[in-house]
Amino acid sequence: MQIDQLYQEIILDHYKHPHGRGLREPFLGEAHHVNPTCGDEVTIRVATDGASFSDISYDGMGCSISQASASVLHELLTGRATGEAFRVVDGFVELMGGRGQVTPDEDLLGDGVAFAGVARYPARVKCALLPWMAFKDAAARAGVDPAAPSSAPSPSAPSSSPSLSTAEAQEAPEVKA
Amino acid sequence: MTTIAIPQGMPQYDGVPRFDVEKVRADFPILGREVNGYPMVYLDSGNTSQKPRQVIDAMREHLERHNGNVARSVHQVGTEATEAYEGARAKVAQFISASTPHEVVFTKNATEAINVVAYAFSNAAPGSRFALKPGDEIVISEMEHHSNIVPWQLLCERTGAKLRWFSVTDAGRLDLAPLEELVNERTKLVSYALVSNVLGTINPVSAITARAHEVGAFVMLDASQAVPHMPVDVTGLGVDFIAFTGHKMCGPTGIGVLWGRHELLAEMPPVLGGGSMIETVSMERSTFAPPPARFEAGTPPITEAVGLGAAVDYLTSLDMRAVQWHEKELTAYALDALATVPGLRLFGPNTPVGRGGTLSFALDGVHPHDVGQILDSVGVEVRVGHHCARPICQRYGVPAMTRASFYLYTTVEEVDALVRGLEQVRKVFD
Repeated sequence: MQIDQLYQEIILDHYKHPHGRGLREPFLGEAHHVNPTCGDEVTIRVATDGASFSDISYDGMGCSISQASASVLHELLTGRATGEAFRVVDGFVELMGGRGQVTPDEDLLGDGVAFAGVARYPARVKCALLPWMAFKDAAARAGVDPAAPSSAPSPSAPSSSPSLSTAEAQEAPEVKA
Repeated sequence: MTTIAIPQGMPQYDGVPRFDVEKVRADFPILGREVNGYPMVYLDSGNTSQKPRQVIDAMREHLERHNGNVARSVHQVGTEATEAYEGARAKVAQFISASTPHEVVFTKNATEAINVVAYAFSNAAPGSRFALKPGDEIVISEMEHHSNIVPWQLLCERTGAKLRWFSVTDAGRLDLAPLEELVNERTKLVSYALVSNVLGTINPVSAITARAHEVGAFVMLDASQAVPHMPVDVTGLGVDFIAFTGHKMCGPTGIGVLWGRHELLAEMPPVLGGGSMIETVSMERSTFAPPPARFEAGTPPITEAVGLGAAVDYLTSLDMRAVQWHEKELTAYALDALATVPGLRLFGPNTPVGRGGTLSFALDGVHPHDVGQILDSVGVEVRVGHHCARPICQRYGVPAMTRASFYLYTTVEEVDALVRGLEQVRKVFD
C-alpha cells in the first residue's frame, strides 16, 4: 500500500518516541513557526559557539510528519559543525522539493531518508519542512550565517522573541481560508 | 439502509417524501471514480458538493448555444442569456420563498454576500439606519466560519463599533442565556450561522430575531450549510439578510447569493461601482439602479448562475424535505457508528436532533492531518484542519479536527467505510 511510503516505521517511531524534545537553556536563537492551513506549530532553539550546534531543542504540536521531522532534525544536527549542518538542511530541503524524484543520500540525511515518501504528497511537504525552516530562522537569529558557516556568531544578546518578523510573517495568514 | 422507526404519535413524519439514493448517485458522474484504488467515498460535501450531470449539461448547453452578455444586448443570444440569467434568479427566489426575485443578489460566493452587507453599512451616510458609530455593537457567535467573523471585525475597525459574540456550550449549542444582555439597544446587527459548518448544529432563529428586532437590530444568517440541506423559507424565518453559496448545493463555484428584504436593499448604498449597477452616469456624478442590479457591478457570472438555476431545479425535483430526511437518517446512523470507534471524541450535538449531517471529531493521539491522509489512502475523502473556524477549535481546546460531511448522495455504506478507515488509522498509530 502506497501509504506505507509516507508513514515509514522510522517516522512513526520518531513521532511516538521523540528524541530530545522540550525547550532547553541556554540558547542563542529561537524561532516559532506555524503552518496556517492545519495549525501545526513548532518552536526551535539553537545553542551554538559559532563553530557547531551544541544543542537544538524544540517543542511543538501537530501531525506525525511535522513532529517526527523535528525529532529527526534534532538527532541529525545536534553537535554538528555549522557548515555541515547546513549541508544537511539543504539536502533535506532538496529531497522535499523533489516530488519523489530525488534519491536521498543516506550518509548525509540519516533517518531523514524516511521522509522521501513525503515528497510524493505535496500537501504534506510543508509539514515535513516546518521544523527545518524554523531551524534556519533560529540559527540566523543566533548569528550563524549559512553562507559563512565557520564564522563566530555575532555577540548580540539572545534573540528569543517568537514574535519577530519572520515568525509573524508565518502566522499572519492564519485567519485565511 | 436502516430507517428511523417513527414512534406512534409523530404523524408529522409519515408524509415525508423519500428518494432512491442509488438513482440519485447515478446522476453524479464523479461518484463512479476511484481514489488510490478504492471506490471514492466523498464525505466532504460541507466543503464543496459534487455536481449532477443536469448541472454540468445546463452549463455546457448555455455556453454552446446561448452565450451572450446580459442586460445590454438587443441581439438574440444576448436576450437568451439575459433570460437565462434572470430565470436563474427567479428559480433561486422561489427556492428560498423570497417575495420577489429582486431580493436575490448574485455574488461570487457567500463570503462576498456577507461583505456586500458589511461594506454597504460602512458606505451608509452618517445618521442612516445602516451607519455604525463608536458605541454600536455587532453580535456574532463563537461557532462562525471566518467569513462571518472577519468582515465584521473589519467593519468594527472602520466604524469604531464593538464586536461581541454568543458563546457555545459543551454540547455544541449557542448559549442563549445572555441573549437579553448581549443583544441590546446598542446592537445594530446580529449575524450567525443557521447551520454550523463544524458542529453541524442547527441554530435557533425566532428567539434571537424577536429580540434583535425588538431593539432595532438587523439579523443576518450565514445559510451556506443550511440552504443545500433543508427547506429554507426566508419569509418564514423573518430575518433581514441571508447569505449562501452555489457550490455547496450541487451548483458551480463562482456564484453565491445575498438575499435581503427588498425595502432594505432598496435603501442600502452600493458597494462596487461600475457597469450594470447604474441608472445614469455623467462626468460629475451617477445615480444607481434599484436592487439587485445595484449590487451587481460588472459582467456577472452568467454561466454559473445558469448552473445554480439547474442545481435548484435538481434539488426541487428531489424535494428538499426528502434531502433533509435522508441526511437525518444518515446522521442518526453515523452518530451510532462513530460512537463505536475507541478514542473518538465528537464535537457538537450527539443526537440527530437540531443538527445536520456534519460530524467533526478527534481521534485520541492522532493528528487530524494523519487521520485524513490514511482515510484518503483507502478512498475516504474528509476535511481536516480548522475548517476556517479557528475560534470554535480553540473553544474545544484542539488545533484542528477531522470532519465528515454528508449530502443527498451519501450512503450508510459510505459511513461504514469511514468507520473501517478509522480502524485503519488506529492500526497505523496504535
